[in-house]
Amino acid sequence: MKFGVVVFPGSNCDDDMLHVLGKVMQAEVVELWHKDTDLKGLGKGDCIVLPGGFSYGDYLRAGAIARFSPIMKSIEAFANSGGYLLGICNGFQILCEAGLLPGVLMRNDKQRFICKNVYLKTATTNSALTRSLDPKQALKIPIAHAEGRYFTDAEGLAELKANDQILFYYSTENGDIVPEANPNGSLENIAGICNKTRNVFGMMPHPERAAESILGNQDGFGLFASLLGQKLAKNAV
Amino acid sequence: MKYLAEIDIMPHKELLDPQGKTVSNNMKNLNLSGVTDVRIGKHIKMEMEAENEAAAREKVEIACKKLLANLIMETYSYKLQERTD
Repeated sequence: MKFGVVVFPGSNCDDDMLHVLGKVMQAEVVELWHKDTDLKGLGKGDCIVLPGGFSYGDYLRAGAIARFSPIMKSIEAFANSGGYLLGICNGFQILCEAGLLPGVLMRNDKQRFICKNVYLKTATTNSALTRSLDPKQALKIPIAHAEGRYFTDAEGLAELKANDQILFYYSTENGDIVPEANPNGSLENIAGICNKTRNVFGMMPHPERAAESILGNQDGFGLFASLLGQKLAKNAV
Repeated sequence: MKYLAEIDIMPHKELLDPQGKTVSNNMKNLNLSGVTDVRIGKHIKMEMEAENEAAAREKVEIACKKLLANLIMETYSYKLQERTD
């Protein structure tokens, strides 16, 4: 699996993502500029990452303008032909705005930017992003956002559940999904989802900020290992 | 012809609007009583050239639906007027 990381004006987690994929995971990774339409040879079986940041200054709504960047048409075609897409934070917001994932990320309920470690409960291992994870072990991953309150209507929520599209819930350290563990007011503590065909993933937390021991937290490593089809040793994360 | 659209984007009635709620809760600091709710949205002025009013209306509809509003969480309404200046 090769990777591409898209850089929008205002992206600020692109270098972290390039570092983790290239240096930590030793994967082949290329940078993609948002004004380009060429995906540098990435195709089926490869993965394009939309990193975190503040594309276009979050003007109008987070992700609303970036979704019309020239590269997004190519990315949509790439996803429709089975390529993997991963949107982290602002990348998740862009994927929702583009309609590649259902729902929307609204202003946090407490009206504040929140930057802290949270715990995630893996809701399903039936996805390339979560297949190597242990659902019994909550992951400690940082969030950093002001618009992370996931919302979809009742029908949308029922569909997410019926199709096993919820990947992560905000939880306690013990994996309990309770209102106290919900940092931003997200619907039913939803922190990450995938599309129906299970090749487009979006999540607000930042696994790329927690993927190597020097940073004191490796809980995010498992998601990248998962994408690459690597099995994790028990208690490795 | 020149047209001006004045567009209002508002959060859906049933959704929590944290900005509005915070402002509403703090009206008491102004010693204002009786304020029961505040909702905060966006007001957008869009000027355009169009063949006629119907064409202008179509441009506004496309802009609202595709970019200016996210219909999952917002509604839009607008007034359109011809500009003679």
